[in-house]
Amino acid sequence: MFRFLEYLLIAGYIAVLLVISHWIGQQAYSWMPLQATAEAKKVDDLFSFLVSIGAFILLGLVGMMLYSVLFFRASKEDYSEGHPSRGDVRLEILWTATPTLLVLWIAFQSFNIYQQLNILGLGQIVHLHLPLESHSVALASLGASPANAAIVSDVPKPASETIDVFAKQWEWSFRYPNNLTSNELHLKVNRNIRLNLHAQDVIHGFYVPEFRLKQDIIPKRDIDIVLTPTRTGKYKLKDSQFSGTYFALMEADVYVESVEAYNQWLTQTASEPTAIKNQAVAENIQVAKTLFKSGWYTVAPDQPAVANERKVSNDT
Amino acid sequence: MTHEFSEAIAEDREPLDNWRQYFRFSTDHKVIGVQYMVMTFIFFLIGGLLAMIIRAELLTPESNLVDRPLYNGLFTMHGTIMIFLWIIPFNAGLSNYLVPLMIGARDMAFPLLNAISFWILPPAGILLISSFLLPNGTAQAGWWSYPPVSLQFPPGQLINGEFIWIVSLILIGISSIMGAVNFVTTIFWMRSPGMTFFRMPVFVWSVFSAQLLQLINLPALTGALILLLFDLAFGTQFFKPEEGGDPIIYQHLFWFYSHPAVYIMALPAFGIIAEILPAFSRNPLFGYRSVAIASLGIAVVSIFVWVHHMFTSATPGWMRMTFMFTSMLVSIPTGVKAFAWTATIWKSKLHLETPMLFAMGAAAMFIFGGVTGVMLAATPFDIHVNNTYFVVGHFHYIVFNTITMAIFAAIYFWFPKITGRMYAEGWGKLHFWLTFIPANITFFSMHPLGLQGMLRRVSSYDPRYQGWNVIASLAAFLLGVSTLPFIANIVGSWLYGPRAVDNPWHATGLEWTTSSPPPRDNFAEIPIVTRPPYDYGDPKYSVIKNSNNGE
Repeated sequence: MFRFLEYLLIAGYIAVLLVISHWIGQQAYSWMPLQATAEAKKVDDLFSFLVSIGAFILLGLVGMMLYSVLFFRASKEDYSEGHPSRGDVRLEILWTATPTLLVLWIAFQSFNIYQQLNILGLGQIVHLHLPLESHSVALASLGASPANAAIVSDVPKPASETIDVFAKQWEWSFRYPNNLTSNELHLKVNRNIRLNLHAQDVIHGFYVPEFRLKQDIIPKRDIDIVLTPTRTGKYKLKDSQFSGTYFALMEADVYVESVEAYNQWLTQTASEPTAIKNQAVAENIQVAKTLFKSGWYTVAPDQPAVANERKVSNDT
Repeated sequence: MTHEFSEAIAEDREPLDNWRQYFRFSTDHKVIGVQYMVMTFIFFLIGGLLAMIIRAELLTPESNLVDRPLYNGLFTMHGTIMIFLWIIPFNAGLSNYLVPLMIGARDMAFPLLNAISFWILPPAGILLISSFLLPNGTAQAGWWSYPPVSLQFPPGQLINGEFIWIVSLILIGISSIMGAVNFVTTIFWMRSPGMTFFRMPVFVWSVFSAQLLQLINLPALTGALILLLFDLAFGTQFFKPEEGGDPIIYQHLFWFYSHPAVYIMALPAFGIIAEILPAFSRNPLFGYRSVAIASLGIAVVSIFVWVHHMFTSATPGWMRMTFMFTSMLVSIPTGVKAFAWTATIWKSKLHLETPMLFAMGAAAMFIFGGVTGVMLAATPFDIHVNNTYFVVGHFHYIVFNTITMAIFAAIYFWFPKITGRMYAEGWGKLHFWLTFIPANITFFSMHPLGLQGMLRRVSSYDPRYQGWNVIASLAAFLLGVSTLPFIANIVGSWLYGPRAVDNPWHATGLEWTTSSPPPRDNFAEIPIVTRPPYDYGDPKYSVIKNSNNGE
């Protein structure tokens, strides 16, 4: 009878835990930044799922520990044995099998979602003969024969347009299809866009938290990502891989806007080149305003070029 | 284990005030162990001070306390010191002290090599810290030291912070490899009669697993560092992309060691928890064999997971997916451990002295760090939080809230054995609460920051991140203060504490059968082991007359 009651209590505990951890998983959406791409929703779904499972395990085990601390205390002089059990094969198999199944489930979910992201894809497992990031070749052939697209659907898909992203210490610049070069990244809402990432000096990282996408940019390698902004607004692009002294200042404004606004910006700004301010340069030419000044060596950032300029040459 | 408490060898006790031996070149594993532990604790304090300055800078969004090159130097040195001069060598010291005692040996297999391993460390550590005095300061590229950014130093200055950093790390690496040879050999060949592998305490199993990883994986890092040194100082192009080198190869070599390094740090901590929980819950360790095998399992799996640090690097999709899967496998053996700890405590007779508080705190916090670890292994989520404060928070839940807490547990647990004196229980409990609460506040706060997109290694940040940063910083300062009662307790008790009996905790394990502190040769007679470990059912561990700590 007592045994039965105990099982009942455990079942009740698990039921309560399931409800609580599901609720926590739902809260997890609000811990994330805005969702500004089609990809962001998928990542947040995965995060919510992970938080639910994590909360269940954490609360379950820590709950047992807390219960023990409260109710299984020995009197000061009682050093006799608590319980003689050295193990229980069935229990041990259960708690080895459960996490195994759990992580297989998590891995399967993550795999599915990864396939839906348009980043360095599984395609390379099929096309091992291709250089790592030379999607341009792969895509050219894909574009020609759409039948192949199904097999390697996870290689970044053909996008309507490509924008070249250039990162250097400590400045972002973007070259648009009409050869306009700017320090602002403008994107059309609800259109997929290919970003071709280039780094000039050290490794940088492309990261807009609201997009949930991050990709290191390696000098001498061209890496593509494709994304689809779904929400108009102004966001910040940040350098996500440590790039030296003024790393924290390496930001750029990202505008997701309607096609009309985008086209208007593209034609308007092309006709009015302006000098732009670069925070790293501004900070580098003056004495640091900090309490302690080490004066240690730093790479000096270049004076930024004139922005909003049409360049025909393919350098930079 | 049929061994009696060592009334017989009580006369052999060394004088307790023989402190000079700790400043000499000694080949006694116990002296070397104490040397390691005390020295690394000093580095822990230095690394902690650097963290305080970092947290002070992050109180406000602007960069206004230290200039940016100095800030970059601070987090680089904080990470390097805490990993390579605190946790890893502290574990080496504790293992040095305990492993021969636990397996019933008189010393390590190679006592001279052991002493040399230790004596490489003080010069290497002092060298590293001295780079603060160089005209252009310390290394500033983070503890990963990724090229090419780590190679950006003014031409013509051969001796710069990065050069010193590399040389120092190569020295520390050599010391660790020598130590690993010693540990693996000792555990293989020096076990006393009857001490079969499945009678070894789990602490010995976990040291064995961790040191095997040192032996297999550390040479990759040492090799990479030598190549990096050549790139930096002698104009080679191994990792310089502009000259045809490949910086990604460095990342692979670096993480091939530095991911297992997390387990090299964590496994001994798991071992500590597995010793302390049974002693204070008066139970045999639940599922001893599976926990022992899980230690080796963790070591084996951890060799094949390193690319999860590179999910946003130039890695192809198939590689990301493969390593996502292997990384998740780690949670199976670690899960076995966490479940076994909980089952050991369940329906037991708990005694909540300071070592137990720290051990249980570490176990609970490890579950939190493990859960966020599985999240980070899920590639699509990792791509969002990679290089953000979410990772910093997760990592500190492991290295501080789990490993450093377990280290404190170990210090309190074996303090009577090592010094022959008891610490002050009230001060220990105060230290626990002053550590546990602020540590959780500090490192929990980093998770929401990371989810919102605050990147690690930034010296200034968007004002919308300030709230959580202020909370993290204030709690971090309190965490700094929490070491004061610890130091006062340990120093005071070592000098003036009441004499400890041989086995103050009524614990199993051969180290408790000899005197406190143990004689030079550890045991009057080499013990013969006939019983399984954690034999808390044996009435001799419940004898009340032996519980008289102090006089």
